[in-house]
Amino acid sequence: MNFFLHPLTLVTFFPLVGILVLLFLNSEQKNVIRWTALIASLITFGISVAVLAQFNSADPDLQMEINIPWIQVGGWNIAYQMGVDGLSILLVLLTTFLTPISILSTWTAVEERVKEFMIFFLLLEVGMVGVFLAQDLFLFYIFWEFTLVPMYFLIGIWGGPRRMYAAVKFFLYTMAGSILMLLAILWLGIAQGTFSVPELIAQGGIPANYQFWLFLAFAAAFAIKVPMWPLHSWLPDAHVEAPTAGSVILAGVLLKMGTYGFLRFNLALFPEAATRLAPWIALLAVIGILYGAAVSYAQQDVKKLVAFSSVSHLGFVMLGLFALNPQGIQGGILQMVNHGLSTGALFLIVGMIYERRHTRDMDAFGGLWKVMPIYAALTLIVTLSSMGLPGLNGFVGEFTILLGAFGSQAIGSAWYAGLAAVGVILAAVYMLYMFQKMFLGPLDKDENRKLFDLNWREIVTLVPLLVFIFWIGLYPAPFFNLMAPSVDKLVAALQSAAMVGLP
Amino acid sequence: MTLDNLASNLSAIMPINIVIAWACVLLLVNFVIPKERKGLTALLAALGLVVAMGFAIAQTGSETVAFSGMVIVDGFAIFLTLLFLGSGLVGIALAYDYLKEMGIDRGEYYVLLMFSISGMMLMALAADLIVVFLALELLSIPLYVLAGFARPRQESEEAAIKYFLLGAFSSGFVVYGVALVFGATGSTGLAEIVKALNAGSTDLALLGIGAALILIGLGFKVAAVPFHMWTPDVYQGAPSAVTAFMAVGAKAGGFAALMRIFVSALPALAVDFTPVLWGIAALTMFLGNIVAIAQGNIKRMLAYSSIAHAGYILMALVPFGQGDVAGDAVAAALFYLLAYAFTNFAAWAVVIAMEKTEGRGLALSDYAGMGRKYPALAAIMTVAMLSFTGVPPTLGFVGKLYLFRSVIEGGFYGLALIGVLTSLISAYYYLRVVVVMYMQEGEPVARRDPWLYLTAAAAGVGTVALSIFSVPLFTWASQAVLKLF
Repeated sequence: MNFFLHPLTLVTFFPLVGILVLLFLNSEQKNVIRWTALIASLITFGISVAVLAQFNSADPDLQMEINIPWIQVGGWNIAYQMGVDGLSILLVLLTTFLTPISILSTWTAVEERVKEFMIFFLLLEVGMVGVFLAQDLFLFYIFWEFTLVPMYFLIGIWGGPRRMYAAVKFFLYTMAGSILMLLAILWLGIAQGTFSVPELIAQGGIPANYQFWLFLAFAAAFAIKVPMWPLHSWLPDAHVEAPTAGSVILAGVLLKMGTYGFLRFNLALFPEAATRLAPWIALLAVIGILYGAAVSYAQQDVKKLVAFSSVSHLGFVMLGLFALNPQGIQGGILQMVNHGLSTGALFLIVGMIYERRHTRDMDAFGGLWKVMPIYAALTLIVTLSSMGLPGLNGFVGEFTILLGAFGSQAIGSAWYAGLAAVGVILAAVYMLYMFQKMFLGPLDKDENRKLFDLNWREIVTLVPLLVFIFWIGLYPAPFFNLMAPSVDKLVAALQSAAMVGLP
Repeated sequence: MTLDNLASNLSAIMPINIVIAWACVLLLVNFVIPKERKGLTALLAALGLVVAMGFAIAQTGSETVAFSGMVIVDGFAIFLTLLFLGSGLVGIALAYDYLKEMGIDRGEYYVLLMFSISGMMLMALAADLIVVFLALELLSIPLYVLAGFARPRQESEEAAIKYFLLGAFSSGFVVYGVALVFGATGSTGLAEIVKALNAGSTDLALLGIGAALILIGLGFKVAAVPFHMWTPDVYQGAPSAVTAFMAVGAKAGGFAALMRIFVSALPALAVDFTPVLWGIAALTMFLGNIVAIAQGNIKRMLAYSSIAHAGYILMALVPFGQGDVAGDAVAAALFYLLAYAFTNFAAWAVVIAMEKTEGRGLALSDYAGMGRKYPALAAIMTVAMLSFTGVPPTLGFVGKLYLFRSVIEGGFYGLALIGVLTSLISAYYYLRVVVVMYMQEGEPVARRDPWLYLTAAAAGVGTVALSIFSVPLFTWASQAVLKLF
């Protein structure tokens, strides 16, 4: 199929059409700009749904592949190779789903330089979707690095008071990891003669001692992005300073690029190293779960609380992925989606109250339920989802992950899962603590008495997220079905590699 | 030498003849062009460069040895010739309005520029150490004058004197080196040097010392550490249009000679020189990038950045003794020079647009608020900074990739690691420019000049677009084979 009309090309690059239109709009016509960006992102979402409609969930392999030679010169073998499978389809949908929601959330929050904001936002979407679809390491790296630039501007221009510090820190941290990955990619491309991920997997045969170093180089990039303890220190700064829409995308999608990277590259390309290092990764994941939860509890700033809770939740995802069995990995992927939905919603919720009160200090609130009942009810659902209440999405993901981690041979001990389960309880503690301080109790602050409840736009922003929170919580089977064949294939490959690895 | 012979020899170096002859004629014509119409001189100079470009393109694919082996016109030379001529065109476009604005609108600028370009072109096709020296002087002396072109501004005069003294000093090193090489091999022609080496009758120690002196002399020209001391002062003091041209032209000229001499004639010295080059490259990358962090003046910052980039290009020289890798590495270096030229011109065009008389408008803080007031200029500067850092999708990224690949192929993993780590360091100060432009408030004032804006836009767009379609460029660079002897 031709390059321009290929569904994966379209879903990746369609936001550029929106940018092109935006460039010709007068920057004073803010509403026209907002609508243009929203419509462009909605059409992109539409295209991604069309991709889903074409997607055959029984097929474990890459689908809708497109492979056009790109840089084939002087021994290089780089192609524009894209494809989608069960590991990535949900993440692509999550990205295209969260983008219009985020744009909707900026309607009144972003008044300054709206045009540039929307341009950067749509550019970011191009990069993120590209990351999930690229099947050539080189192409992947370009999308991966490219997401840095728009996010850097989103934080740096529209962020909070310490935005410049946060933006530069975000950029440098992420770049530090990715340049090591770049070296590993170059080495792979030179030594194996191809940058194509499917070809590299098919060739196999990367010697175990090289796998170890390559695994670490890739892991450096991904672990910073996830972020795994102890590489998480950029995250609270970036999250807290970013504008609401930026935080939603940062937590909802950008962090998933890290976990997805582990899944797509570290597990698939370096199975022996992955098996060997699984207990160590699991250890870091469990520390992250407990540490993130403990630090969340200590926060006064709601946004910081949500930011640190991400460290904890992403720890679960990592634990699931490195259980290296079907339950663990499926739970991990689902939990990526869940975290995108719940934490995305939480950041929106924080943004809504911040727009009204211009503070995020928990002590400034109390008794909000009485003045903002709709807001309170929606927040309660999201809070419960985030802490993993049965019947809502978070429970399904975390439970599957724990199940996987308990039975995991690769991790080798049930202790990890046991400690992680403590994290679930801690999550309940800090989430409910926050809810109680903000919404329950007496309405004793004067400023809070005049607060108005959510308007139609804000409700429209949150409701789609809630639909999925319930859907995944009550009937997760369709979601698991999408990923199961691909995950099984990956696990089979991992197990055969582990057998080879045995003495 | 018969007449026929002379004609064929001269036709081999036709582009150089044209540039030199045209410059001489222009020098005279310039007298009759009235003071307020120096634009005509600029136009004529540009025309001359374009004609020379046409002749250079016509030579593509050929390989000629002329003047009894003193010069060689191969793919390598033609690639660089075109790069120099293109840089010259940009140098004219950047200067035209700038010189008027700064009150130094003299026609000699364009003539000197052309003489310097002819020197660079000669450098690219020199196959004899004597010609290398000749070319070095021909390219340098006009640059010394150009650096002091803003006379009687003190900084400019200081830059000229500093550049001249250190430049003359470095030329001395080159001459001495040439003499020692001659002593060791009995010849200054690269082909004869190789022959003497193959015959095994060479005093390798003497040859090594000679080569080291040449390396030092040319190291001055490309601004490699520890021979970089002149760079920040000269870059800052010279008129910005000159600096922009010098940063690309003089550097590429120096590298042309380094690659020609070391890769094609002296691979026998690899055992001793590879570690030396490794060390120089690593030092240059570290020092350039680290000291750049402390700069508040944009011209000084770009000066240290140019030192750092000399380090990256030097990486390509490290595997010069490994036959097939060296070929790839030379191609990578040529491509990087091209990428550097695009990026550099984009950045300097913005600097020139922001500069005011008396050296004002050059502090980083003068760029505050540009993102809002001049979105196009700020965007171009951002592209340049990202390209310098090596973030995709820019030429700087692709260029670094090709460089790192040749280093990894050569087995120098440590150097590749230093390369990426210093890139990370560089991100800090390049990003600071972006931070100031977009995230701080201010009231910057930029000059409006169509030629300048055109150059900036072309360089900025080229930096992004050519990175996506880099294959033709790299194919061109890898076909620009350096003839081995």
